[in-house]
Amino acid sequence: MSLRIVVTVKYVPDATGDRHFADDLTVDRDDVDGLLSELDEYAVEQALQISENSDDDVEITVLTVGPEDAKDALRKALSMGADKAIHVEDDDIHGTDAIGTSLVLAKAIEKAGYDLVISGMASTDGTMGVVPALLAERLGVPQVTLLSEVSVEDGTVKGRRDGDAASENLEASLPAVVSVTDQSGEARYPSFKGIMAAKKKPVESWDLSDLDIEAEEVGLEGAYTTVDNAAERPARTAGTIVKDEGEGGKQLAEFLAGQKFI
Amino acid sequence: MAEVLVYVDHVDGAVRKPTLELLTLARRIGEPVAVALGNGAADTAATLAEHGAVKVLTHEAAEYADYLVVPKVDALQAAHEAVSPAAVLVPSSAEGKEIAARLALRLGSGIITDAVDLEAGDEGPVATQSVFAASFTTKSRVSTGTPVITVKPNSAAVEAAPAAGAVESLSVTFSAQATGTKVTGRTPRESTGRPELTEAAIVVSGGRGVNGAENFAIIEALADSLGAAVGASRAAVDAGWYPHTNQVGQTGKSVSPQLYIASGISGAIQHRAGMQTSKTIVAINKDAEAPIFDLVDYGVVGDLFDVVPALTEEIKTRKG
Repeated sequence: MSLRIVVTVKYVPDATGDRHFADDLTVDRDDVDGLLSELDEYAVEQALQISENSDDDVEITVLTVGPEDAKDALRKALSMGADKAIHVEDDDIHGTDAIGTSLVLAKAIEKAGYDLVISGMASTDGTMGVVPALLAERLGVPQVTLLSEVSVEDGTVKGRRDGDAASENLEASLPAVVSVTDQSGEARYPSFKGIMAAKKKPVESWDLSDLDIEAEEVGLEGAYTTVDNAAERPARTAGTIVKDEGEGGKQLAEFLAGQKFI
Repeated sequence: MAEVLVYVDHVDGAVRKPTLELLTLARRIGEPVAVALGNGAADTAATLAEHGAVKVLTHEAAEYADYLVVPKVDALQAAHEAVSPAAVLVPSSAEGKEIAARLALRLGSGIITDAVDLEAGDEGPVATQSVFAASFTTKSRVSTGTPVITVKPNSAAVEAAPAAGAVESLSVTFSAQATGTKVTGRTPRESTGRPELTEAAIVVSGGRGVNGAENFAIIEALADSLGAAVGASRAAVDAGWYPHTNQVGQTGKSVSPQLYIASGISGAIQHRAGMQTSKTIVAINKDAEAPIFDLVDYGVVGDLFDVVPALTEEIKTRKG
């Protein structure tokens, strides 16, 4: 038996950097350092753990869609222990929205071949959190998403989804699309050996024509949504700051009463 | 007037507050038609009518509870076919966003998630979103297909607007995918008696400075004196002091209450992402240089173990 896992990852602007928009109202990816989205590290980690806990022959492919720099994200995932990588890169992809991104990913996943797709719960830049559900819809396979625990056995994926109202145990047959949360388990750091090994692992590059996708289906032109404007949130006006000299609690209560909260 | 589909989030017929906020927003665009599914669906009608629903489409089936997400997508798609609405609005919960995304794909429509405001526009509804850890505000619209938009809690006031609320039963045929992911067990969360974090008017949060699970009792006591929900920073959750369901920030909940009180929270970007849009922000922190003080309307530099209990006492005294 073999198990083919495809982990989708995204190269995002560092959230601690000064993120902003480019002139065409897409996310500026040039002026801020990028990295593998932290939330995707959890997906790579769970793929590695499934592999380690399996008697099957497991192959982990990391897949990303993005500009040249996005290779850095793939390299990080490979150094954590993934086996190979696929980079979908095409100038026409610039400005693609979630619906279009899911098309590119789904076509690439089908071309790569898969039994299990694992994604993070959301990207740290767009933060929509809808791509895993869109992938399941496009691929026509079960979605087993937002898991804080996941396991695979005998062609079945099981997991726990901690929702607001309840914690649910889920089960589906492979092939399936899984997404994992930041509660699923801390992601490992790449070892020195892992970093060296990653340099020799294969990274394939595909463009839209490899995936039979027309340029009009993606990019800003193909987007189903339009951003009309983006404005920096005005800085909050400076508040009153007091040092507690024994009366801090009372002073704060006075402020809250003045604002009619008490 | 055009009709607007509103997906109803309810628990056994009790409508949750974000759905009522959606009705307020839906009325700006057209006539709200609510879609209520699962156990107790018909019991939602009276409340929905009071808040502006002209029609309530209902369907009860075991599939909604027994399988994940897809049965609800099938039902919304059926409702879309029956109504041909000007837009579909869904509460921005984790599940709500997944339902909305799959529906949008089936309809060939664009999707906007996590809107914090919605207005009618010449080219369809215009959604306001708060992005990059709430440091930017964008205005977007769906340019292709029926707009599918998810809206965050606390984005609009709940308004009484009595309407007919005529109950009609929706006819739903489940797709082949509907039974793909089985829910084999469900453990409901224990009720704390406090308001839901994302829906609360006041949130009191504790962070690294709280320094231990047992010390969260003083955060809870302050919250209870104000009728508030309790939140926690990622540092406090990762340390195991408070449950992840209460985490405020990028990987937890994002909240937008009238009042946010941060105790012992430094205000890292990951936390700010989840609370920066709060109306009034108050912080208590030992470190006068903590970035949280850049956001506050009122800040106290001091030991939270002195300030928080004193504040709680003072509030109790004032409330009598």
